[in-house]
Amino acid sequence: MSLFRASFVARRVLRAPRAFPARSWAVRTLTTKKYTTAHEWIIYDDATSTGTTGITDYAQSSLGDVVFVELPAPGSELLAGEPLGAVESVKAASDIYSPVSGTVEEVNEILASEPGLLNKSPEERGWLARIKMSNPAEMDELLTEEAYKAHCENEEH
Amino acid sequence: MFRQTVSRASGAARKGMGMMSRRGMASDAPKEELMETGLYDFHVKHGAKMVPFAGFSMPLSYGSVGQIAAHNHVRNSVGLFDVGHMVQSFIRGPSAPAFLEWITPSGFASLPHFSSQLSVILNDRGGIIDDNVICRHDDTTYYVVTNAGRRVEDLAWLKEKIEQWNESRADKVEMEVLENQGLVALQGPEAPSVLQKLTPYDLTQLHFGKSTYADIAGVRCHVARGGYTGEDGFEISIPKEHTVSITETLLQGPVQMTGLGARDSLRLEAGMCLYGHDLNEDISPIEAALAWVIPKSRREKGEFIGSGTVLEQLKDGPIKRRVGLIIDDAPAREGAEIFSDTQEPIGVVTSGIPSPTLGKNIAMGYVKSGFHKKGTSVLVQVRNKTRKATITPMPFVPTKYYRSPGA
Repeated sequence: MSLFRASFVARRVLRAPRAFPARSWAVRTLTTKKYTTAHEWIIYDDATSTGTTGITDYAQSSLGDVVFVELPAPGSELLAGEPLGAVESVKAASDIYSPVSGTVEEVNEILASEPGLLNKSPEERGWLARIKMSNPAEMDELLTEEAYKAHCENEEH
Repeated sequence: MFRQTVSRASGAARKGMGMMSRRGMASDAPKEELMETGLYDFHVKHGAKMVPFAGFSMPLSYGSVGQIAAHNHVRNSVGLFDVGHMVQSFIRGPSAPAFLEWITPSGFASLPHFSSQLSVILNDRGGIIDDNVICRHDDTTYYVVTNAGRRVEDLAWLKEKIEQWNESRADKVEMEVLENQGLVALQGPEAPSVLQKLTPYDLTQLHFGKSTYADIAGVRCHVARGGYTGEDGFEISIPKEHTVSITETLLQGPVQMTGLGARDSLRLEAGMCLYGHDLNEDISPIEAALAWVIPKSRREKGEFIGSGTVLEQLKDGPIKRRVGLIIDDAPAREGAEIFSDTQEPIGVVTSGIPSPTLGKNIAMGYVKSGFHKKGTSVLVQVRNKTRKATITPMPFVPTKYYRSPGA
């Protein structure tokens, strides 16, 4: 009980900055999350033109226990749709394609020793790579959350 | 979605994991075209994810139990598999041993009663039509288990060969396929203690490779000690009307239902072949490193279908051989090319997984003779990169069969 209360209080405190002018706040933190039909997600931060990408919860649950993740070397240049790496469970290897074009700035090194993070936290701690985007307009081509959900429901049938 | 290069070592996985690119799959393979074992409803009731495999709708996994957890449970405790899709049959007749020694290169005339032999059915070129287990019940009765995925080919071939065999002789053979007979495999170190509670038969008397008829929960079943996991265990053939109730009875204590996913990783760790992947009609038993199914007595005269090729390869050596591989970097899957350390193409991977038991990437495949010796360094191409690999003896995980003291 006390834990719940503590987090509730904390959240209220965090909301306080809303008192700042909405515009400046938005400029510093505007992020957009989009999806691909190939079950990747990407969060774009327009302040840095950087996209953080990974695989969706739907993808990880279909894959099963992830035991191996292969990611590109930082500095690699990719076009949207080019292979970014691979995620492997015991039964299958799945290629991952970059949702956008750009240069790989950073990869999630923790996944080398803890590939299971992809199952535990696919859309947060299990992120795969940060990409400095060369054409942020590509974000507009990707699916919204609603469109992605509809896509997954279609695949189920 | 991200395209999947599924471990095609498991046909189940190939189709079942279609998930991501499955659009239209339902119409490609309508469920009503798939066969079901007598345990289909039982699987669904137990939360199985059913997938098409070898013409059947079969369980890939159960509930939220992942492949690694299921795999480890069999290695450390005990799992129960439905293998009722496999084809069970009897071949009977006074000339049955001679007939079996014509269609396979193995020895059946001297096999002790209720002993089993892994063997292969060969085509005229010495290629493997199917691998199978044949158990001699008495001098004229043989119980045969063959692969579900080869049902059509096997039955057509056997029908033709039986007709040919019977044409000019009085001591004919006949074949009876046991349609809808149940078959389950209880596998793992705790299998004997689980089964012993359900049968008056003293299982300490039943060693690896032997079989018996025994009452299980009051129903007479055929119990064969062995399996497809490398663990101690039993394959239990059950009359169709009792398959569900016996399976329910077996599913007790530590026993967990286990699907095709774990079945594939377990058999690969044990170095066992999966037909259609590691074996096919263009591969001879010598190339497949199955020469051990051919006893010495049959290596001179031959006199079995395909013996020309087999005897020649026994004498001169085959041009390629099935080997085990451990790959350093990334898991190699079926179809991955194998190169020598000087970049010469020397073969291809036929099954490969990251081994749950070993934490290493294991595979089997075929390489040119000369590169097959253990410890040989080779390269395997995965996603356009070559990875270092080492030829490694199989099984990768030591088998734990209950062998008779003399064996």
